[in-house]
Amino acid sequence: MTVEDPRYRVTPQPLDASEAAALVSTSGSGAVVTFLGLVRDHNLGRRVLWLDYEAFEPLARKAFAQIGDEAAGRWPSVRLAIHHRVGRVAIGEASVAIAAASPHRAEAFAASRFAIERIKQIAPIWKHEHFEGGEVWIEGATADPDDRAACEAAFERACS
Amino acid sequence: MLITIRLFARLREIAGASELRREIAEGATAGTAWEQLIVEFPAMAGYTTAVSCAVNEEYARFGAALGEGDEVAFLPPVSGG
Repeated sequence: MTVEDPRYRVTPQPLDASEAAALVSTSGSGAVVTFLGLVRDHNLGRRVLWLDYEAFEPLARKAFAQIGDEAAGRWPSVRLAIHHRVGRVAIGEASVAIAAASPHRAEAFAASRFAIERIKQIAPIWKHEHFEGGEVWIEGATADPDDRAACEAAFERACS
Repeated sequence: MLITIRLFARLREIAGASELRREIAEGATAGTAWEQLIVEFPAMAGYTTAVSCAVNEEYARFGAALGEGDEVAFLPPVSGG
């Protein structure tokens, strides 16, 4: 067993963007971009009350590490941290925190965008939406970490 | 041989359990385990074209061979972020 990398975390605790930033910034960093994904109060015309997130935690951490490796393959000087919340998350709270550090801002912005796009493609995490009048599992992408076209699409969105 | 099946989100709800222990034939693959699962839980059959799998906590193909004591996880389409 390897020691868990604190940069890739699945936790029931509230997320802290500055903590994620501190895990990736170094003396050579000229930029750290942090991204918080928040739970909003509406979706597809429904009034959302809260979200419950479920994860396959060990595989989610590996997926985050893969995303970090993919980002480093494209932008060798970028360091990523990805923290994802599980359990009940209230409106306005963060479900995901991403920090991307690099010597220059362009790569940090692009890598943070790439990370969130890629999380939505391959992280084994599910949101259970509780809305006024019911609940529903949100089902997005069929996860395939080896799908190069999906990865390229994520790079493309990150760089557009 | 005995394997462990892990289920998440809607699949977990359909089965009423996050983990199942099931006997499966020697030489079975992850795909065989899925076929056996949808016989037991026909409500899962609609996921056949959309489900992903992982064996022993690594993403795998449905052709991946299973061994005694292996854990196969079936993952409905994901929605993290």
